[in-house]
Amino acid sequence: MKMSTVRLTVNGRRVHVPAGISVAAAIALVGEPFRRSVTGESRAPLCGMGVCFECRVRIDGVAQQRACQRVVNPGMRVETDG
Amino acid sequence: MVDACDIVVVGAGPAGLAAAEAAASQGKRVVLIDSQPRAGGQVWRHDVLHGQPRVATDAIRDVAGNANVTCLEGTQVVAVEPGRLLLQDAQRGFHLAYGALVLATGARELLLPFPGWTLPGVTGAGGLQALAKQGWPLRGKRVLIAGSGPLLLAAAATAQRHGAHVVGIHEQAGASAVHRFAAGLWRWPAKLAQAARLRLELARVPYRTGSIVTAAEGEHGVSGARVRGRQGDERIACDLLAVGYGLLPQVELAQLLGCALEPEGAHARVQVGPWQATSQPRVFAAGEACGIGGLDCARVEGRIAGLAAAGAPVPPTLVQRRDRARAFAASLREHFTVRDDVRGLANGDTTICRCEDVPLGAVRPHADTREAKLATRCGMGACQGRICGSALAELGHGPRGGTRPPLFPVRLATLGEPVLSSVSDTRGYTS
Repeated sequence: MKMSTVRLTVNGRRVHVPAGISVAAAIALVGEPFRRSVTGESRAPLCGMGVCFECRVRIDGVAQQRACQRVVNPGMRVETDG
Repeated sequence: MVDACDIVVVGAGPAGLAAAEAAASQGKRVVLIDSQPRAGGQVWRHDVLHGQPRVATDAIRDVAGNANVTCLEGTQVVAVEPGRLLLQDAQRGFHLAYGALVLATGARELLLPFPGWTLPGVTGAGGLQALAKQGWPLRGKRVLIAGSGPLLLAAAATAQRHGAHVVGIHEQAGASAVHRFAAGLWRWPAKLAQAARLRLELARVPYRTGSIVTAAEGEHGVSGARVRGRQGDERIACDLLAVGYGLLPQVELAQLLGCALEPEGAHARVQVGPWQATSQPRVFAAGEACGIGGLDCARVEGRIAGLAAAGAPVPPTLVQRRDRARAFAASLREHFTVRDDVRGLANGDTTICRCEDVPLGAVRPHADTREAKLATRCGMGACQGRICGSALAELGHGPRGGTRPPLFPVRLATLGEPVLSSVSDTRGYTS
């Protein structure tokens, strides 16, 4: 069965990812970094369930969204600060 | 269309789904809310490749198809007032009034600090499983799984089904404890069958007991793990390192409501009576929030809580089933107790608060977590101490402090929301 895909932008890059995956998975799939900590370390998801906040990104202009809690939507704009 | 709501169930995992179904079966109008985009909770989380187990799809269909139940997914409780909750979804904030409340807030993983644990590619064990099910790319990746408890096997199996090469499972508990646990599983035949299936599926994956990950190594992301076991120390190369030390109850909402808690090891669980009533009137709790008990326990407690919240009689057979399932939880705790040397892995330079980048050494001089928070900002970040506070409690730095609203970081607009008394109001509300 061929999976349908969704088109979105991650840090301005237009990418296609499988439908139904989380924004966190999409970021990992296209190889973009997630987040920088307050002292500048690279960070990426830890808990996968919306508790640790390591995956937070900007989605459609709204900051501080947990990427693991959101499913990709067509046309979504995702920005990370990694 | 729902005009008013008798019972709000918070959490759409096995306990919450059972509670919603039971309450609705008594003719009550129920709203079931969950912060995840889909119902199922963690144990029944939808897998993008493999869907959900049949038992989960049945439970979700029973609730979704029930005219008395409204499901609000992707919705988070951010604050409570007597008789109503302040909720937020991706678009808006809104209030929801309730007659009775069932807390089925589940569990999270106990994540303990060790050198390198902040490197990208280091996750929880359950964390890796959740990410895999969301579509996280694992094909061809070398994955090392460590920590404690049966969740390690489940995480390894999921990773393998997603194409990962699981290079090893490292259980901190000693061989004798694991064997005693396994030998006692005959008392719960479903658990025994599940364990046997997982072992078969993972037959080619090395499983080591008495083995701990002491450090993660790598430049920009994890490239290997330092492992200490009975054969001494070694470095194992990996692309992902998943370490989890079991589960702990999520009690923040119960705490905010003023429900009495009781100790669960170094952590807390919601205290409930025989019919899942908390110390607060009209507030019930079920499942992992009342102590880690597993799937069967959550389902039967959810059913009891749903009936009790609806004011319906609770059949004694349900209470017996609950007590039997709770005995499994006791066995888990007994055999997978975290070893002292695991608590000593983090050194003074190891980050303890990942939100504010506070090293453990900065926290140690302080008498309790509150004082440490005021002096170092430890626990003041976005996760609100869910990770570092629980880790510090396990490390012996005293219990996590109290919970204050908002329960999660909230958009400013949400705090200014008007009072809405029904779900139909919220649906019509756009701004």
